[in-house]
Amino acid sequence: MLKEKYDVIVIGAGPAGLAAAIEAKKTGAQEVLVIERAQELGGILQQCIHNGFGLQIFKKDLPGPAYAQRFIDELAGLHIDTLLDAMVLNVTSERRVYATSRWSGFVELDTRALVLAMGCRERTRAQIALPGTRPAGVYTAGTAQRFVNIEGFMPGKRFVILGSGDIGMIMARRLTFEGAKVERVLEIMPFLTGLTRNYVQCLLDYDIPLQLHHTVKRIIGNDRVEAIESVQIDEQRQPIPGTEETIPCDTLLLSVGLIPENELSRKAGVSLDPVTAGPFVDEKMQTSVPGIFAAGNVVHVYDLVDWVTQAGLLCGRNAAQYAIAERKHHGRRVKMKAGDNVRYVVPHVLDKESLAESAQLLQMRVTLPIEEPVWVEVMNGEERVTRKAELYVRPGEMVNIDIPQSAYDAVQRASELSVRVVRR
Amino acid sequence: MADKNYDVIIIGAGVVGSMVARFLSRYKLDVLLIEKDSDIGMGASSANTAIIHAGYDPKPGTLKAEMNVVGNQMFDQLAGELNFTFERRGDYVVAIGPEEFAKLESLRQQGLENGVPGMVILNGADVRRREPNINPEVSGALWATTGGICDPFGVVIAAAENAVVNGVTLMTDTAFQDFIMDGKHIVGIKTNRGDFSSRWVVNSAGLYSDVVMHKAGLRPEFKITPRKGEYYVFDKAEITINNVLFPVPSATSKGILVTTTVHGNTIIGPNALEIDDKEDRSITREGLDEIWQGAINLVPSLSLRYSIAEFAGLRPGGNAPCENPDVKYNKDFIIEIPKQVEGLVNLGGIESPGLSSSPAIAVRVVELLKGAGEKLEEKSEWNPIRRARPRFRDMLPTEQKLLIENDPSYGRIICRCENVTEGEIVAEIHAPIPARTYDAIKRRTWLGTGRCQGGFDTPRVVEILARELGVSPLEISKKGKGSEFLVRPTKDEEAE
Amino acid sequence: MTQEHRKFICITCPRGCALDVTMEGEAVVKLEGNSCKRGVDYVTGELKDPRRMVTTTVRVKGGVHPLAPVYTESPIPKPRILDLLAEIRKIELTAPVKFGDVVIANAFGTGVNVLASRNIPAKSEAS
Repeated sequence: MLKEKYDVIVIGAGPAGLAAAIEAKKTGAQEVLVIERAQELGGILQQCIHNGFGLQIFKKDLPGPAYAQRFIDELAGLHIDTLLDAMVLNVTSERRVYATSRWSGFVELDTRALVLAMGCRERTRAQIALPGTRPAGVYTAGTAQRFVNIEGFMPGKRFVILGSGDIGMIMARRLTFEGAKVERVLEIMPFLTGLTRNYVQCLLDYDIPLQLHHTVKRIIGNDRVEAIESVQIDEQRQPIPGTEETIPCDTLLLSVGLIPENELSRKAGVSLDPVTAGPFVDEKMQTSVPGIFAAGNVVHVYDLVDWVTQAGLLCGRNAAQYAIAERKHHGRRVKMKAGDNVRYVVPHVLDKESLAESAQLLQMRVTLPIEEPVWVEVMNGEERVTRKAELYVRPGEMVNIDIPQSAYDAVQRASELSVRVVRR
Repeated sequence: MADKNYDVIIIGAGVVGSMVARFLSRYKLDVLLIEKDSDIGMGASSANTAIIHAGYDPKPGTLKAEMNVVGNQMFDQLAGELNFTFERRGDYVVAIGPEEFAKLESLRQQGLENGVPGMVILNGADVRRREPNINPEVSGALWATTGGICDPFGVVIAAAENAVVNGVTLMTDTAFQDFIMDGKHIVGIKTNRGDFSSRWVVNSAGLYSDVVMHKAGLRPEFKITPRKGEYYVFDKAEITINNVLFPVPSATSKGILVTTTVHGNTIIGPNALEIDDKEDRSITREGLDEIWQGAINLVPSLSLRYSIAEFAGLRPGGNAPCENPDVKYNKDFIIEIPKQVEGLVNLGGIESPGLSSSPAIAVRVVELLKGAGEKLEEKSEWNPIRRARPRFRDMLPTEQKLLIENDPSYGRIICRCENVTEGEIVAEIHAPIPARTYDAIKRRTWLGTGRCQGGFDTPRVVEILARELGVSPLEISKKGKGSEFLVRPTKDEEAE
Repeated sequence: MTQEHRKFICITCPRGCALDVTMEGEAVVKLEGNSCKRGVDYVTGELKDPRRMVTTTVRVKGGVHPLAPVYTESPIPKPRILDLLAEIRKIELTAPVKFGDVVIANAFGTGVNVLASRNIPAKSEAS
């Protein structure tokens, strides 16, 4: 059962989100919720069945699912709510989260602190403007990885892989293990873009050729990939005529980079760094919007999951501390409501303690003009907190009224104050 | 010969064939619509600029000009009846520098001759105000208020679906092979799925309209030369151009434009490259460079960093001379009942502005049949309305909430970029014209068209299609037989 | 005795030193390219008994997924990798599978167990 208000909501249950939720709870956040769009926790780790995870944190060489399982098990013992198979549609800068799922329906949730942990997505053939036809058989490495490792289907028999990123090299070995032929790994740069250990253990061990300074010139085949044409690239990244080679294959895998996924961050008004494509964050992993934090690949793309976890822990701790501070405020705040002939009042919320320091200014606009003397009254139900006389009011002229310090006690009794403008 | 005798067989379910089927479905006729591909609208209709042209561009006196202007005016009613997305937001022919500005007036005059209402010439400052991203050297624009944009796939699907609901039979994966003749009478057609007899045949075969008419011995000199046009699509979160911006046209082309779509994406293109292969929709480096250069001349602030898709379409360009001998023009539409054979309505060379003209062409086909003595009797039960199915992303949160309460499958988002739900996908799989491939679902729901280009949704859509169609995931394809996504289970004996 | 050159890339740390090993028969006479002594250990291991972790999947009956990921508890001799994969391809587990379940004990007498990398709940269990 979901609550209407949380201390910390975490969007994304990959390594960053899991760590953030666990650490938030341990830091003292009472109500923590993790929202995940997949049907299970763990994020992309669940399809990363290869080892190489956990060397920094656990001093152990674990497969991705095993690394995730440790956090999933820990989270299960902490009474953290989860909403799976769910998509967050919108997030406001006031930390209201709109999400939907088959099971929960459309939900609106408020949270004192929000952690963005949506991770990243793969660059596609379109983002590198790969020429040629548009047949079946062109996959990002991650999509192919999901088919092979989770769904249980092979997306092809003969592969060419573009990009020497880690996922590409790991998939080369993985496909070889399952009986497919990997013809070639092509890399446009003059150097390997993934980790050396993957080059050795995924390509060299299985005699899969890597060609640096090469790219795909075009994709061939109308219905299904039939071949790709490769070409060598010079130092200026221009194709060298005459170096074209047609490589027969039925599948082209792309491992050409990752981009932090920040569409929700943008909706929440979070400022993004054009270089990382992730949010600007401070030392607490807090974004430009107070109370909204971010961790993991949503901020910038990491090469080791251990570091993602560490960022998640830091983020979760700070999000919880923010929420706890917010919680102290809660109950000591009074909402301002527009009453008779008042269109709106600013501020919308007032900290009751603020009256201990000084009088507080309310500003408002009226709905209709009244061309005769009026009272501007601040009410707690039927109890008048303060009032002020005006000779007239008009929608075009802002009306100001101070709540004096002498109203301190009256305000402490209120949960909501309404402001009205009535004839004298 | 098949047991069923049709009154009309329509060859090709692109926008023209589908529109003809829809307008003929009004009458007491047995109509068969055949399509060689796995889905409707996969040929010339599958990739275009999605613009309903105002009609100032075609040469006055041509069928192109007449059909464009008449068709454009029909779109409000049609969109209302068939419930596809159409926005009459006007279009702009943007002049850069004084020389181009001088050409706007002649374009306006041509529009007036064609009967285009509501054209205004704006000065540079006006244009800059309306489109702040425009090249600052803009000198003015011809603003055609009747120009519009639509969901071009939605138009085809809605028209064909309304036809089917009103009794038209649709057969996909059915390719025309030849006519069956009795003397000079066409009495039926041969297809890969058997013979079908019919009193009338409509040639709306688009890119293959020349092949079809040659089989009837007609217009041996007529030739469709596919003209490829390539496009870039931009991320709507990053680039927002709110208008339809044409450059000043050249003698041969409307030029490379920068335009918004009803889905909110900015697209640029197309170039125009004459090719031989009627199936060659490949994208080329050179073509992309060409459209890029053209586009930044109109909007210099575009950035390729935010391109999320590239695609190419083929215009079925013909070489038919204008029927009016006074008009020197040899790329006109063919819309005729030829005298050399009987029982054929012959359409050909329906390239741009074919989408804009399609309803007018359909009406013209009805008139031609009436003129040939067909007593077209209206069906009392004909329903011109095709109801739209729910589209989650266009709804208010309160509407979304209600939709999910009624059917929880609308609560599960399958396409993360475009927010397409499982409910929408399932509805299309079980619609009057079932979507049975990934691309068919994509055209109908706009799924997979966003910044991740299907990376997230593909495994999920394959699973849903397999479940709903009751087949193995191995049978699910991108666009019909031969384009299956998967080749075998991971753990298979085949692997050594 | 004739000398033979063999090339390795040390993957003990991310630096990835390119190692050039000069050998006479089985004996290493020269090692160049390493930045620290771990390069020596790496080459020794690769020459005497190269081992690799193996990760793959195994079929599962009645689970929320048709496959379960598995891994070797510690590296196994490189020449046995393909045999191990063939062995694993024959296996079908029945859900539920638990993280750490032994899928193959003491594979080929190497003393290395193949373990499940995660839980795979049974289908009904999950819904």
